[in-house]
Amino acid sequence: MKRLNPKLLLVIAIVACFGLSFVAHSRLINAYYLDIILGIGINIILAVSLNLINGYTGQFSLGHAGFVAVGAYTAASLTTFGGPSFLAAFGGAKETVGVPALFLSALLAGGIVAAIAGFGVGVPSLRLKGDYLAIVTLGFGEIIRVIFQNIEAVGRSSGLKGIAPYTTFFWTFAWVVITIFTVLTLVHSTYGRGFLAVHDDEVAASAMGINTTRYKVTAFVVGSFFAGIAGGLYAHLKTFIAPAGFDFMMSIEIVTIVILGGMGNTPGVIAAAILLTLLPQGLRIIAGTEIGGHSLRWVAELRMIIYAALIILIMLTRPQGLFAIHGLKPRQSRS
Amino acid sequence: MTEFLQQLINGLALGSIYALIALGYTMVYGVLRFINFAHGDVFMLGAFSGLYLTRALSHALPSQSLRLAISVLLLSMAICAVLGILIERLAYRPLRDKPKLSVLITAIGVSLLIEYVGQHPSVFTPSPHTFPTLLPNRNFQIGAGTSALVINSTEIIVLAITAFLLLVLQFIVHRTKLGTAMRAVSFNASAAALMGININVVISFTFGLGSALAAAAGILYAAKYPSIDPLMGVMPGLKAFVAAVLGGIGNIPGAAMGGLVLGVVETFMGGSSFSNYRDAVAFAILILILLFKPSGLLGKSEVEKV
Amino acid sequence: MKKPSLICLVAGLALLPFAGCKQQAGNAIKIGEFASLTGKEATFGTMSHNGTLLAIEEANAAGGALGKKLLLLTEDDQSKQGEPSTVVKKLISSDGVVAMLGEVASSRSMEAAPICQQNKVPMISPSSTNVRLTEIGDYIFRVCFTDEFQGKLLATFARKSLKASNLAILTDTKSDYSVGLSRDFRAPFTAGGGKIVAEQTYNGGDKDFKGQLTAIKAANPEAVLITGYYTDVALMVRQGRQLGIQVPFFGGDGWESSKLIEIGGPDVEGTFFSTHFSPEETTPAVQNFVKKFQDKYNQTPDAMAALGYDSAMVLIEAMKRASTTDGPKLRDTIAATKDHDGITGKITLDAQRNASKPAVILTVKNGKFKFVELVKPE
Repeated sequence: MKRLNPKLLLVIAIVACFGLSFVAHSRLINAYYLDIILGIGINIILAVSLNLINGYTGQFSLGHAGFVAVGAYTAASLTTFGGPSFLAAFGGAKETVGVPALFLSALLAGGIVAAIAGFGVGVPSLRLKGDYLAIVTLGFGEIIRVIFQNIEAVGRSSGLKGIAPYTTFFWTFAWVVITIFTVLTLVHSTYGRGFLAVHDDEVAASAMGINTTRYKVTAFVVGSFFAGIAGGLYAHLKTFIAPAGFDFMMSIEIVTIVILGGMGNTPGVIAAAILLTLLPQGLRIIAGTEIGGHSLRWVAELRMIIYAALIILIMLTRPQGLFAIHGLKPRQSRS
Repeated sequence: MTEFLQQLINGLALGSIYALIALGYTMVYGVLRFINFAHGDVFMLGAFSGLYLTRALSHALPSQSLRLAISVLLLSMAICAVLGILIERLAYRPLRDKPKLSVLITAIGVSLLIEYVGQHPSVFTPSPHTFPTLLPNRNFQIGAGTSALVINSTEIIVLAITAFLLLVLQFIVHRTKLGTAMRAVSFNASAAALMGININVVISFTFGLGSALAAAAGILYAAKYPSIDPLMGVMPGLKAFVAAVLGGIGNIPGAAMGGLVLGVVETFMGGSSFSNYRDAVAFAILILILLFKPSGLLGKSEVEKV
Repeated sequence: MKKPSLICLVAGLALLPFAGCKQQAGNAIKIGEFASLTGKEATFGTMSHNGTLLAIEEANAAGGALGKKLLLLTEDDQSKQGEPSTVVKKLISSDGVVAMLGEVASSRSMEAAPICQQNKVPMISPSSTNVRLTEIGDYIFRVCFTDEFQGKLLATFARKSLKASNLAILTDTKSDYSVGLSRDFRAPFTAGGGKIVAEQTYNGGDKDFKGQLTAIKAANPEAVLITGYYTDVALMVRQGRQLGIQVPFFGGDGWESSKLIEIGGPDVEGTFFSTHFSPEETTPAVQNFVKKFQDKYNQTPDAMAALGYDSAMVLIEAMKRASTTDGPKLRDTIAATKDHDGITGKITLDAQRNASKPAVILTVKNGKFKFVELVKPE
């Protein structure tokens, strides 16, 4: 059977997104459902990008929210402060050419700055493993948040409001496709072998001549690039961002998706992202209903407790994740 | 000069609490090579058990008496020791042979579980509770007038109890059989097992001891800052971890020293014009230490054997 | 393990939002509310929600409005950024509400406001005090005073009543409310000749403030302003007194809670703060409200509850006056609200759609809040 050229698939997928975008933004789907769908897209990008760092390369990062914040603030600042003068240059073609050009540039800028931040976090973390790395990345996430809290130009703790609502189905899912394509291509290439080698046994890998530094930093840089893109999409969807929203809890939620999906299992992680985005909304419906006069709000109150219990249960019973079809096999330990 | 000395006193008082929590982290790490993320939450549970115990016991014992205070402290330590042993048994022991990452994630899960159950409306609720005054609060002044230094009786008690517990811990670790077993397991677990040491008992004991210390820290913290809530353990837990690493993880006096240093640095930052970045300081210290002297100030470099 | 059934259950839950479960209302007027019912700020959100709910039930008992019952559709935004825009979209697009009530926190209100503005759904915030909120659009209102007003009144209070011209300020950098209030205090205070001799910051949730307080003590202020929330304030005042700071402490409406006295103990005696209403006020309306609230919820209402109540009442009264729930007309009628008799005072909405109404200054005396003075807007 002829194997489809992946690059061709990529192009087809992006074109499909463009087409579907018209459906998504039509009257058929109301604003709430659209919001959920776009949220799913953003979460997929976040989870797949984190999966590259945590899952494939085994670098346990708890600071992903920091990269999201960098991307969000960079992109939002560009469109909010630089947007009007940029668009004015386009004159009549403002809507058709100007806005997409502006948004694309802003997103890319957000991704690149986030990637630089990823580099900045990845390099010092090179020598660290496991627990130390987790705490240091958590620390970096917090430091980034505190920095934004102190920048007057973006409103400090009051946040940045009035961001232009540029995020559409097309933009979100085109980037979803690009993210998945990039990560899968990387993973199935020599780089992928490198990631897995670092994940399995760093000492053995470097003894074999593998430049573990290069792979670890690559994972961080690529992962944080896409986190930055997701941040830019997020900012232009919610039209309001504040430093407090990019806290440790956001990092934990993304980590939960990766764990549930199966670390190193991209299809599983995508499925988990969809599930965990829909779950709170589903619980919302339950919470609002009544059975026999008793409100079911208590179910929603248990949501985070259920998440936490789920993490523990999965680790104890099914560490390869809920959706493991062919995820990474759990390693045998050595004494 | 007065301001400097006062800040120094403030810093040492704050640091002694970090030291107490850091002791628990460092002990567990020394024996198990794993960071118990849920340690900060055991600290919180210690404070809350102190709250409920005080309410329960204040019928039997006179309030604000030494007897009540000591009973509450010891009972909370006991309760949290049991809790710590339970957590280890249920969540960590099944994963002892699995990759390190699994148990780290599970620890995060346990931490979150405790925090969210605590925040539930039918448990502690997210709002703060007032911790009762266990011992009367008195301010002592050294010197007079505007250059007087102030230290609070609670702060003196915290410093004293921390020092005492530190000595007790050193005694247990270096002078008792169980302590020697702990040290053996921390050097080489399989060799220790082959020598007839019951690893499970040692690990349970370590967790119990560490959790008891966390509970003591929780009560002292609550006595100093009488507003307790389910999330109170998150930041102190992280900072104590930084303190443990700063002093050399696995090193008991190191943890104490790390705690004091961190407390002092934080307090001076808080009083300066950089107080915005106070939280970031702890993490910055962590990153710097891990970059330049990963074994900590008092630790020895460990070569990774393969 | 029971994996397949677990997945089915979870998948089922996940598909619920698309099951098109529209809130069946029959012939009722749907009013949307978004509040923090769970999460970090659940205490404020639930108080506000309880007040709003009380108002709706009272109105329904009196016959509703425009001949129909009122149906309050409440959504929990979990005190999380990102949630308000989602739930407000749901309330407007899926549930078809005619007006929106919420929220307590300015940041979450500001996230939702553009959506209400765009869909021409009037939104009334009970207690968001950030000035920028109502600047978002002419469909956005609030029934509380702004931080600009509060800052000005605190500046006047400091100069006239506390007779302090050298001050220290403590700000919670994590809270946009605190940063805003400090900023809105600094300007009128220094313009009136006052001097800020020390400024320190802290992070909400911190417990130890001795570092900041020692620095403040060394600067020798005549009073200390803390623009944060009661949880931190109580500890700050205690530690300040322990360090030997004898001058008055004062602050804004974030101080208001019985926990301030509970945690602060004798150290908070003699402190001052501004707020929206005092449950001690002897007017029959206030006492009535307090009693009804206590009967229904078994707790004493605070300013959040009172404002939640007032926001709903202002909306309902406007509906009755407009005789319609049509967006633009309803908006115009709300904007024309004048001298509405609220629990938190006479509410008139000014040209910026903010409530022009007096504030009260309370102090702590003998372990209770005591009314000090009423401050009217200029």
